[in-house]
Amino acid sequence: MSNVARQTWDVVVVGAGGAGLRAAIEAREQGLRTAVICKSLFGKAHTVMAEGGIAASMGNVNARDDWRTHFRDTLRGGKFLNHWRMAELHAREAPDRVWELETWGALFDRTRDGRISQRNFGGHEYPRLAHVGDRTGLELIRTLQQRVVALQQEDFAESGDHEARLRIFQECTVTRVLTEGGVPGGRVAGVFGYVRESGTFLVLDAPAVVLATGGIGKSFKVTSNSWEYTGDGHALALLAGAPLVNMEFVQFHPTGMVWPPSVKGILVTESVRGDGGVLRNSAGRRFMFDYVPEVFRAQYAADEAEADGWYDDPEHHRRPPELLPRDEVARAINAEVKAGRGSPHGGVFLDVSTRLPAAEIERRLPSMHHQFKQLADVDITREPMEVGPTCHYVMGGVDVDPDTAAATGVPGLFAAGEVAGGMHGSNRLGGNSLSDLLVFGRRAGLHAALHAGGLAPARRPRAGDAELAAAEAEALRPFGGAEPAGGGAEPENPYTIHTALQRTMNDLVGIIRRDAEMAEALERLAALRARAERVAVEGHRQYNPGWHLALDLRNMLLVSECVALAARERTESRGGHTRDDHPAMDPAWRRVNLLCALPEPAAGVRLTRRELPAMRADLLALFERDELARYLTEEELT
Amino acid sequence: MATETASNAPAGRAAVGARHLRTDRWWLAPAATALALLAFVGYASWRAFSEADYYAAPYVSPFYSPCLAEACEPMRDGPNWALVGEWWPFSPALVILVFPLGFRMTCYYYRKAYYRSFWASPPACGVAEPHRSYSGERRFPLILNNAHRYFFYASAVIACVLTYDTVLGFRDDEYAWGHMGVGTLLFLVNIVLVWAYTLSCHSCRHAMGGRLRNFSRHPVRYRLWTWVSRLTSRHMALAWASLISLGLCDLYVYLLATDVISDPRLF
Amino acid sequence: MSDSTGEDTGEATADDGTGTGADAGTGADAGAPRRARLRIWRGDGPSGRLTDYTVDAHEGEVVLDLIHRVQATQAPDLAVRWNCKAGKCGSCSAEVNGRPRLLCMTRMSLFAPDEVLTVTPMRTFPVVRDLVTDVAFNYAKAREIPAFVPPPGLGPGEYRMSQEDVARSQEFRKCIECFLCQDVCHVVRDHEENKESFAGPRFLMRAAELDTHPLDAAGERGMDRARGAQEEHGLGFCNITKCCTEVCPESIRITDNALIPLKERAVDRKYDPLVWLGSRIRRRRRDD
Repeated sequence: MSNVARQTWDVVVVGAGGAGLRAAIEAREQGLRTAVICKSLFGKAHTVMAEGGIAASMGNVNARDDWRTHFRDTLRGGKFLNHWRMAELHAREAPDRVWELETWGALFDRTRDGRISQRNFGGHEYPRLAHVGDRTGLELIRTLQQRVVALQQEDFAESGDHEARLRIFQECTVTRVLTEGGVPGGRVAGVFGYVRESGTFLVLDAPAVVLATGGIGKSFKVTSNSWEYTGDGHALALLAGAPLVNMEFVQFHPTGMVWPPSVKGILVTESVRGDGGVLRNSAGRRFMFDYVPEVFRAQYAADEAEADGWYDDPEHHRRPPELLPRDEVARAINAEVKAGRGSPHGGVFLDVSTRLPAAEIERRLPSMHHQFKQLADVDITREPMEVGPTCHYVMGGVDVDPDTAAATGVPGLFAAGEVAGGMHGSNRLGGNSLSDLLVFGRRAGLHAALHAGGLAPARRPRAGDAELAAAEAEALRPFGGAEPAGGGAEPENPYTIHTALQRTMNDLVGIIRRDAEMAEALERLAALRARAERVAVEGHRQYNPGWHLALDLRNMLLVSECVALAARERTESRGGHTRDDHPAMDPAWRRVNLLCALPEPAAGVRLTRRELPAMRADLLALFERDELARYLTEEELT
Repeated sequence: MATETASNAPAGRAAVGARHLRTDRWWLAPAATALALLAFVGYASWRAFSEADYYAAPYVSPFYSPCLAEACEPMRDGPNWALVGEWWPFSPALVILVFPLGFRMTCYYYRKAYYRSFWASPPACGVAEPHRSYSGERRFPLILNNAHRYFFYASAVIACVLTYDTVLGFRDDEYAWGHMGVGTLLFLVNIVLVWAYTLSCHSCRHAMGGRLRNFSRHPVRYRLWTWVSRLTSRHMALAWASLISLGLCDLYVYLLATDVISDPRLF
Repeated sequence: MSDSTGEDTGEATADDGTGTGADAGTGADAGAPRRARLRIWRGDGPSGRLTDYTVDAHEGEVVLDLIHRVQATQAPDLAVRWNCKAGKCGSCSAEVNGRPRLLCMTRMSLFAPDEVLTVTPMRTFPVVRDLVTDVAFNYAKAREIPAFVPPPGLGPGEYRMSQEDVARSQEFRKCIECFLCQDVCHVVRDHEENKESFAGPRFLMRAAELDTHPLDAAGERGMDRARGAQEEHGLGFCNITKCCTEVCPESIRITDNALIPLKERAVDRKYDPLVWLGSRIRRRRRDD
């Protein structure tokens, strides 16, 4: 085939965010030749947007913290829908993953006695988030990036080639995971993708592929996610024959910027609230006290005096309700705005200016200060911010084995980070994302390496020419030659379809959902899918953003359909899934996972139900019976 | 000075053509810097070579202090120590001005100022420099700028002398103590600025604590470093302020010595 | 060296003669968009030219919003590199009116309403297409700076560092690697031939960062980062003219806090006989 560069590697990692890089480092340290493919430049991954910190129960600030409390908080946050084994591994291993970063050069903020400082965050019982000001994600990425470079320097010293055993393919996009015989569910044979800069194609043969592509936020109009977040990994897994789980759970971060319009959705870190910021409505009321749900009454303060006392004396005060899990806060803000008590631009006020001295704000929240000053002309040390919910994170993702991160149904396929599902249940706690990336990134890298290392070279599957030709034809379709099926239909502009998709998801499958709206969303998505077949782009293949978007549309549409289908199916409200027509949480639904799969590519995605495995007894014993009774069915309790 | 820089873009770069695309008055800052520096150099040279009118009791021009030549005007208790013998044929100012001149020539701020305004390397950010090649401070003579810290040490000694001069300014023209004129005030302001500039020097910051790996083991030096750092962030402003105040002090002494004005007495 | 956009207003308003009354478009409410004129460099590889576009500009928008509007409505294949659009990833580096800037953090309100904005790719790096440049130079330089050397004898979780000791390096770690400092630095911007021997402000700052890291054990391994910066990474090229600091979107004081201290440390090692003598004597005493 012309114009296709083909190489052989042991492990291919798709995505160079926290999970991808951690996986690659692990696979390389296991001695395997590892390639990382990233959609952007190396070091620009979406992980840099994470601000607050990495949750790990190191107990540096409060010695009473340990993995069990972290585990408990994670399950409470996820409304007990989490895969308990993932939550357990995550809570147990997170401290080691953070400490390891220090040995690679990370510089976290320190406590007085020189340990890693930890900060409070929504849903975490103790100060638990290792952080660097409000740019923790950047520190994480830079540290991993520099670790990659360190390994490459070692390889250079040994072999004279920096990229002998660990190579980053920058600005490349994978459009297909190749399987043996080209059938969904076949053993993984490698990946097919294009190089943005040249528009040429790239085939990496490898028996193990780790998906670490992040989330799906770009399917929504108001989002904190960057352009890369088009659900690539989710779609690649579906197309390769692996199902997705929990796709109905999409986290809307309660505080995104709402003004000016061009920055609508950009994240305002939860640390603002962790460090004392409060939410007020247009009447000046701290409305969060009105929204503490029954299940959290015991842990959250009932009035302002008690809440304010907590910052200095957490032992004798309950937490301020601003620090409830994100889903609760997002819904509360949504309700206030709907009730007409919003701010001028359709959000609520988040005020830290009256709570901390200006210098302290600038020290603790430097990038927030900078962001508001630069983009909105708001000085957060003097005036409140206007904030509103923004699509932030998808709890759902590739269904994986908790211990090995192996995707269900496709041997050799692994997934870690946001693209994997199960760990966070119905709602993720702030700070649990970065630790998730590290814990499961490492596990995915390790098991991908074991998988690849266990196969003799001769026994490795290899993609055939027919598959490569099919992948190439699919990628080139937007350049025309594809005559419209309907005959005479106009070619479509990818930007137009993308905008329509974003509006559909935002308005109809957004933060509050109704059956009829989701039915309409599914209809519109079907129509958009048909239109997307006719997408045509101008120009040539070299760095052509129109073409790239046209290819991303397939992924966004597939994933959006899974979200809408699963959301319509789940007739209860839980975590990141709120049904106006089914406002209560239903213990019977807690045991149900919805799996979205693509058994017949032509027939579209399908939904199946699966029972969540029962929690191990020793973990169940970590909770009071009273608390469990709110989540579990009678039958499970006995 | 203009050459064809950037008109043929080097390998692979976008052929934008123009030497720069800035639309603001980028030339203003280097031009103003050049003019101001030239004005000062002109004035200082005239005064330094004139070898006259640098003492008007109780004030001595900072250009001539300490006055180390045999030929210095007598200043009672003043900083004239004839360390340099009669053989010195030039103005006594030249003996001592070498040090503050060297200090400022090698100063990290003034280096920026003259590289930009006199050598156009670069004249402003994003504006191509006119030179065909560039080797920075890696070769003679610019590598000598690395001697900045020695000029700093010498300038600190001179600043001590100037402090002494300022104290002497609390006498009247009859050398009676306990008096203060406008000149004293001017000298006071000057010495504060001179010290602030001297201490805000990057070499000073380095010596105070910048060279340490662990601040936590040297709390006193860390404190010093923090203070000096605060001054260092105003190094440019202090460089100009102290330069102007030095010039004004000298001018004041000149005007007194030539009887153009007399020193108004405050008490 | 502040922005002097006042001058631009003066020049630009000369042709319509309406003076300052012309900024009706920036009223309090979002209102009607104004038309903004852009001249964008378009081309594959080095050959190309500035192309004019006129697009709507709404209140509060940044240059990147307008580029995207051009992309969505007039030139779907206009190449621009961007990611987060929040000033955190450092992807959308380019030059606006000859100044290196992040397109996502450059607000339209910075310019006079009728000013024509010239948007060009970073000049120092080879162009790929339109506003996208090949920044491989930077990744190559990143590999040349020796990595952090963990202290022997300290395991994970045993690191103890005080806040004042990490603060200096933390400032440098704010870097988002937008490479605007690398772009603006005249050492390589105006002299392609220096690329070979000059790491650029970003990576000299990396050397400074590691040299001030409280636990970096490079010294124990016989590495001297300050000497290396001078001898191998071209610190001597830097003539501290501070353009790197001027363009840094993270407001890192690259020159004052990284480059000059590194120069001073290099002087300790290479050009200061007293420090050299002192360290010799101390070493001999320790050896005794």
